[in-house]
Amino acid sequence: MIKENSDDPSAGGPNVIEVESLTKTFGAITAVDGISFEVRRGEIFGFLGPNGAGKTTTTRMLTGVVPIDGGSVRIFGHDIQKEPVLAKQRFGVVPETSNAYVDLTAWQNLMLVGDLYGLDRTRAERRSSDLLETLGLSGRSDQKVKGYSKGMKQRLILAMALLHEPDLLFLDEPTSGLDVQSTQMILVLLRELNTDGTTIFLTTHNMEEANRLCDRIGIIRAGKIVAIDAPERLKTAIDRMHRLEVSFDRPVPADALAGLDGVAGASRTGDVWRITTGNPDLTIRSLVAFSGDRGATILTLNTLAPSLDRAFLRLTGEEQP
Amino acid sequence: MNPAAYGEQVRRAWVIARKDIRVYYLKGPVLIFGIFMPVFLFLAFFLGGRQLPLAFLISGLVGMTLFFTSTAVSPAIFPWEGQARTLERLAACPVTVEAIVLGDMIASTLFGIGVTAITLLIGLALGLPLLHGIVLGFGILIAACCFSGFGVLLAVPPTNLPSNIMMLSTLLKFPLVFISGIFVPLEQMPAWGLMLAACSPLTYFTDIVRYSFTGAHYFPVPIDIGALAGFTLVFTAAAMHLHRRSMPRRI
Repeated sequence: MIKENSDDPSAGGPNVIEVESLTKTFGAITAVDGISFEVRRGEIFGFLGPNGAGKTTTTRMLTGVVPIDGGSVRIFGHDIQKEPVLAKQRFGVVPETSNAYVDLTAWQNLMLVGDLYGLDRTRAERRSSDLLETLGLSGRSDQKVKGYSKGMKQRLILAMALLHEPDLLFLDEPTSGLDVQSTQMILVLLRELNTDGTTIFLTTHNMEEANRLCDRIGIIRAGKIVAIDAPERLKTAIDRMHRLEVSFDRPVPADALAGLDGVAGASRTGDVWRITTGNPDLTIRSLVAFSGDRGATILTLNTLAPSLDRAFLRLTGEEQP
Repeated sequence: MNPAAYGEQVRRAWVIARKDIRVYYLKGPVLIFGIFMPVFLFLAFFLGGRQLPLAFLISGLVGMTLFFTSTAVSPAIFPWEGQARTLERLAACPVTVEAIVLGDMIASTLFGIGVTAITLLIGLALGLPLLHGIVLGFGILIAACCFSGFGVLLAVPPTNLPSNIMMLSTLLKFPLVFISGIFVPLEQMPAWGLMLAACSPLTYFTDIVRYSFTGAHYFPVPIDIGALAGFTLVFTAAAMHLHRRSMPRRI
């Protein structure tokens, strides 16, 4: 997909989103408590947090849907409060719940969005045809949206968000409750868009999705950012001890394994040895050498790295003891 | 193209107006209401045994038709959009709240003018002489804008239940009809009644319609036009300002 957006995509420096001391209160409740972060050009930024942590409120402030009580948000260098129209012209939004006009057809919805973003009719029609084809909706473009399934509605609002070829895309739980086919279609498209240079801000509960897609992840808890880093670094920072599972074709003594370089501890469950280590690389080398010295063939060897789920639960304080 | 420029925002307001017409006004029940309302008002006036002359009655009839149709749908659009979450889509688009309000007003104005044209055609078909067509046309245009602004203003309370807004709308609209010289000529009103009538934009439009068909009027035409223009500005400015504050609370 070649972008036709006439705006200079390099405008606004290396950061596409700059958030500083962002605050939102509802009465006595502080929903977002002075958070600061930035999203770099061309990255997929995952925004995670438990229910009620302030994800949606933050996203709504970033997209200019609700006003800010404190701090600032700059999108491509445009202050979202002072220059909301210029900022909004540069991004597209895919909310969790479909918000297409159900009494209009998919085509009419797309033409409406094209007009609202100031696209000329020829370009809007060409983009609409391409997007409907890509998202598997071209055969249903003249049907009213009220007859669409949830997956079709979600694909349509993605098409509506992409119509003006935004440089930045906000997505709130884009695959929540969707079937495998729609989920896969959306994820593939997001990867393609990112490869073509679109920056993506993704709010999700799906750790697997975040782990696979995101370059960096920000975790919010009770209105405060508790961590921002790459998924792998988040996981290892949370739990420095890795686990390995190994099994041999014959019995081996526990003290022999426990004495190997890199091994911090070893325990047996059935015929599988569970080994804890702070240095998985050194431990695997030791195990392979041990296997050769003892003439014990390794039957299975698995590394059990800390999961993003675990990192998330630990950071949000929801991990059960 | 500067999307924030006034001209571009007015163009996008027109896009919203077209959307409103397609989604909310070109519905069977709304169209039926638009066609039947003037017909039933005519029947009510003619079969009601009133002793007032037809030329006087037509001013009230046209006034009521424009007033009720211009304020019929516009108060409910914001709550409907809030309920359907389409308001969040509009809020995330590069359009200002002012453009959204203006779009709703344009759609409402066009609907009011369209239905009022039916009433006028019925009146002309019954042989009523139209003495000042240009004044009437201008009066209808500015009054339709004024009443549309009033209708959009009624939608300010941040509820997404259209029934709540419609109840408020009815509570405010019907008393205005009774103080605007429609059922009792302004000349026959007591002083306190005239003071109330002066506070209603419908009074000035009814006066213009009466002038257009009979040549008689209570206020000078420039005063009628000026008052309607003033009300239009106040309603529009208030609607834009207050919706800017209340819209986020609907989302």
